[in-house]
Amino acid sequence: MAADPERLPQVLFLSPKQSLERALSARFRLLKPWESTMPLDRFLAAHAAAVRAVISNPLASVDAPLIHALPSLGFVFTTSVGVDHIDLAECARRGIAVANAGTIFSRDVADYALGLLVDVLLRVSASDRYIRRGLWPVAGDFPPGRKLGGKRVGIVGLGSIGSEIAKRLEAFGCSISYFSRNKKPLFPYTYFPTVCDLAAESDVLVIACALTEETHHIIDKDVMLALGKDGIIINVGRGPLVDEAELVKHLIQGKIGGAGLDVFEHEPAVPEELFRMDNVVLSSHQAVLTIESSNDLVELAMENLEAFFSYRPLLTPVHGTT
Amino acid sequence: MASLGVLLVVSVDSYLEAELDRRFNLFRLWESPPSRRREFLQANAPWIRAVVGSPNGCADAELIDQLPNLEIVANCGVGIDKVDLPLCRERGIRVVYTPDVVTDDTADLGIGLTIAALRRICDADRYTRDGSWKDKGNYKLTSKFSGKAVGILGLGRIGLAVAKRAQGFGCPICYCSRSEKPNTNYKYYPSVLDLAYNCHVLVAACPLTDETHHIINREVIEALGPKGVLVNIGRGSLVDEKELVSALLDGRLGAAGLDVFEHEPHVPEQLFGLENVVLVPHIGTDTVETTKAMSDLILDNLAAYMLNKPLLTPDIDKEYRRARLLAGWLSC
Repeated sequence: MAADPERLPQVLFLSPKQSLERALSARFRLLKPWESTMPLDRFLAAHAAAVRAVISNPLASVDAPLIHALPSLGFVFTTSVGVDHIDLAECARRGIAVANAGTIFSRDVADYALGLLVDVLLRVSASDRYIRRGLWPVAGDFPPGRKLGGKRVGIVGLGSIGSEIAKRLEAFGCSISYFSRNKKPLFPYTYFPTVCDLAAESDVLVIACALTEETHHIIDKDVMLALGKDGIIINVGRGPLVDEAELVKHLIQGKIGGAGLDVFEHEPAVPEELFRMDNVVLSSHQAVLTIESSNDLVELAMENLEAFFSYRPLLTPVHGTT
Repeated sequence: MASLGVLLVVSVDSYLEAELDRRFNLFRLWESPPSRRREFLQANAPWIRAVVGSPNGCADAELIDQLPNLEIVANCGVGIDKVDLPLCRERGIRVVYTPDVVTDDTADLGIGLTIAALRRICDADRYTRDGSWKDKGNYKLTSKFSGKAVGILGLGRIGLAVAKRAQGFGCPICYCSRSEKPNTNYKYYPSVLDLAYNCHVLVAACPLTDETHHIINREVIEALGPKGVLVNIGRGSLVDEKELVSALLDGRLGAAGLDVFEHEPHVPEQLFGLENVVLVPHIGTDTVETTKAMSDLILDNLAAYMLNKPLLTPDIDKEYRRARLLAGWLSC
């Protein structure tokens, strides 16, 4: 016997996500504010009194005003790993549990970071453009790239993503060191207590840490100076981890060797000076986006919601919330 | 002692050429126009005891016949399909090349091309540069690499290095080679067709010989299938290029990452508009560090030869004969 839709638990979506909507529609009553002509606050006042769960994403903040508009809210699921768009303190105060994407994207992000690094060093995208412009028969061999083996790679943030990156790099003969909030004694890599110290002893920096108040612009001009003019920066974390204006200046002036950037400070805006450079590889915040991880995310969201509504522990709770 | 007379057959890295010129008595083949080449070689043959070439051109039968004093051939590269090995063996001409130093770069590129093909890194770079992110929104979902089955054609130095890297991504490894390798846990398939049926990514890393010419044909490509990926870091002619282009255009093959082509530097233009291929101009060994290491190995080998010291690279003839013996292709 099909469940009465009116009695299904209500889940509020803050923005469309078709794959998730499809998967949840049989088990939950979905509230989709964008399908209404009402402004959001009136929609919530009219419909959301009984909402106990919200599906969020980095472009749909869960801030204090939203939380106040949802008196029955008990659970927030974000489809991202990052939680900087959620007022965690307010959630903790209200006893609202928060879950995120956990580690389901970690391997895909790590794969992409390796792909970007090989591309920047061996000039894969640049030489692919060279061929497609018909230049190989005409202008001869493409200028050489640089070897990955033996490079000193410094990983900023040795969490789930950082450790997957390190694991992959080992097989390429790179020497690996890291900076993290806390030393990780279980890992065999060299720890540096500051990012500047790490940069001074690295040929490549891979940025894979969370964005917080402390880590905003953690890659600044001092770090770039320490890394040096042949240094490479790979960013698969968040755009604001890097002082983007300084990075662009350093690249223009040849004070940094190259960069692989999946994230930017003001997405989807990308500094146009980068478009003319062959020593950078750019992508549109897609290190997480694979068909497989998208399917995994739907499953994870479902499992977390089921757990919440059956009073079982969440699968991927964010620390610091219930 | 007279300096070793060295014929440089094709242009090589400028450091190598400069050092050959400085340390030996260097002749450059291209200094004579093609129509006067015979005379050039006839005039200089008495002094030419060594030939230096590359996968772009080295020592074929026609050249060897014109150099009666040739004693040693040095190939700057690990692919030696441009050296007539049987003729060298017959004439007692030593052959040296540059294995090992090229292994890492080529394997790195093999994995880089795989990730670039599956995750569309080059197309995404294009998408970002041409402003599509702002106008059209996010790039589409692509295909995960970690954990996919990787099949390696040719488990020599480069194939093994590819396998080691792919294992770091949690990929199960299988392979097809002239003979089963005793010291690996990887699954062996006796035919490349079986390999293609049983992997998601097929990496071609074997030498080009008469037996392996077009070893990746229509059947193998179709066995890989509409979700499969072909990566070629071996030689262009390992793959039937016309069939490959047709399969990519039809969608019978999912994606490809190609460092080598049948008629370099010409790449089939039908591929230029495809987002599921990655095309690079034979850059497998082209890093600054490895190019220098290859050049130094060639120079050190020639110097050792001149001083009657042992050569630095394994005897290529012995290596090939041993491999073929194990594969049952020789009776003694």
